[in-house]
Amino acid sequence: MTPPASTPLPVTDFLKIPEGGEPYLEGQKCKACGAVFLGARGVCSKCGARGQIEAVRLSDRGTLYVYSIVHRSFPGVAVPYVSAVVDLEGGGTVKGNLIGIAPDPAKIRMGMPVRVVFRDALGRKDKEGNSYLSYFFEPA
Amino acid sequence: MSDVYVVGVDMIKFGRFPEKTVPQIGAQAALLALDDAGLRIQQMEALYCGNLYQANAMVGQRILQEIGQTGIPVVNTANACATGATAFREAWMAVKAGVYDLVLAVGVEQMGKGLLGGGGGGGGIPKEGLLGSGTMPAVFAEAGMEHSRKYGTTFEQFAKVSVKNHHHSTMNPKAMYQLETPLEMVMNAEMIAYPNTKLMCSVNVDGSASAVLASEQKAKELGLMKRAVRVRASVLTSDPWQERDLVLPDVNTCTRLAAKKAYETAGVGPEDIDLIELHDCFATAEILHYENLFLCKDGEAGRMIDEGATALGGKIPVNVSGGLLSKGHPLGATGIANIYEVSTHLRGEAGKRQVPNARLGLTHVIGLGSACGIHVLERVS
Repeated sequence: MTPPASTPLPVTDFLKIPEGGEPYLEGQKCKACGAVFLGARGVCSKCGARGQIEAVRLSDRGTLYVYSIVHRSFPGVAVPYVSAVVDLEGGGTVKGNLIGIAPDPAKIRMGMPVRVVFRDALGRKDKEGNSYLSYFFEPA
Repeated sequence: MSDVYVVGVDMIKFGRFPEKTVPQIGAQAALLALDDAGLRIQQMEALYCGNLYQANAMVGQRILQEIGQTGIPVVNTANACATGATAFREAWMAVKAGVYDLVLAVGVEQMGKGLLGGGGGGGGIPKEGLLGSGTMPAVFAEAGMEHSRKYGTTFEQFAKVSVKNHHHSTMNPKAMYQLETPLEMVMNAEMIAYPNTKLMCSVNVDGSASAVLASEQKAKELGLMKRAVRVRASVLTSDPWQERDLVLPDVNTCTRLAAKKAYETAGVGPEDIDLIELHDCFATAEILHYENLFLCKDGEAGRMIDEGATALGGKIPVNVSGGLLSKGHPLGATGIANIYEVSTHLRGEAGKRQVPNARLGLTHVIGLGSACGIHVLERVS
């Protein structure tokens, strides 16, 4: 069995951890039409252009577009938590947990500024024992 | 090209049937639809079967094992919650094209209990509750919150959808539940994903529905025109690109696209429609679809539910069957069950929940991922 990696692994393909640098979210941008995606692809799903997709560093600033407060989830998932859809400055829409705010509709304001922060993935480990680095949103 | 008619249609009472197999559940509705038309399986030229969870298991052929293996072509379809509507549409298209004169469509699902969606994929660690939620109640909560964000739609307005549809289902003996759920009960039910409480989530049930479709010539030849229902439009769309689509599935654009095409094909407008069965998988979704189907202007859906415009007796009754919220939502069966409901009203056979003098009806489903199916149906006699 492979021993666990000494540093955390990225929770998803679009979270990048540069050696000796700060983690960031990576988008894919179409040079032909400007659409921004999460996840690598060869052809633009908006305009169909081929070979025009380039990796871009997404902003760590954005605004809350919409959310839901999740009270019922799968066994082992801590509730309640806020599932948030965030529009990042300069393009790219990402879903994640909104933390640092009460899970209360009276407290959460759609349109509020948020920042992307990188933390351990709530202690979740894979079967090899690897730790993961995840991203979260916090009120800015 | 001549019109296509529904000459037989029925559904089983939705419920939980863990002791039965999927083909057994499907066969029940198929036999009911054949009986409704007074026809036999030997007269069917093809079978179109919709089932999602056993999409790789030849459910259509196994239904024929239960009702008569006549050697006819079978097409099995899977298209998320638009699965049944897609099977019906494939059947419609084959008759419309003149390939067959008489075909059978069946939709069937066995659901089990629990949350749908959010299973995630890929390796590593589970992402649910870490990168937000992918469960259906949360996804449709977020879609509803987009409406709140734009127009100030309230939790109470979303909850009223559930009050209405549960009330409707008290008049539908084939619905899973026949229970009144007053507003306080809906709003105080267990919160699943704000703003959707448990009573604002569709019911996971097992069920099946089936329709016999005929060409005009065949319907006349068989003497079946009196109770026949004309298919005025059959439309299927997928979701065009939208900037947030990857994380906030867009159920609006594909519905609007399909609705425009359906009204255009049928040569009617939303004001001509007498009743609608639409995809109320969650209470939040029904509000969105009032606008997506052009029943009102953008931003007016909250007022429609407040004013009772979509209740039985209102301007445009929506989900008089009880909807997915109370009738139940067996994914692959839902599209054809909607067609059963609207056809039953057009035939004037809907009993206590009958929409008076119904002449034109519309059915709508959304399969997330996404597929939108719309049918416009018309009374013949």
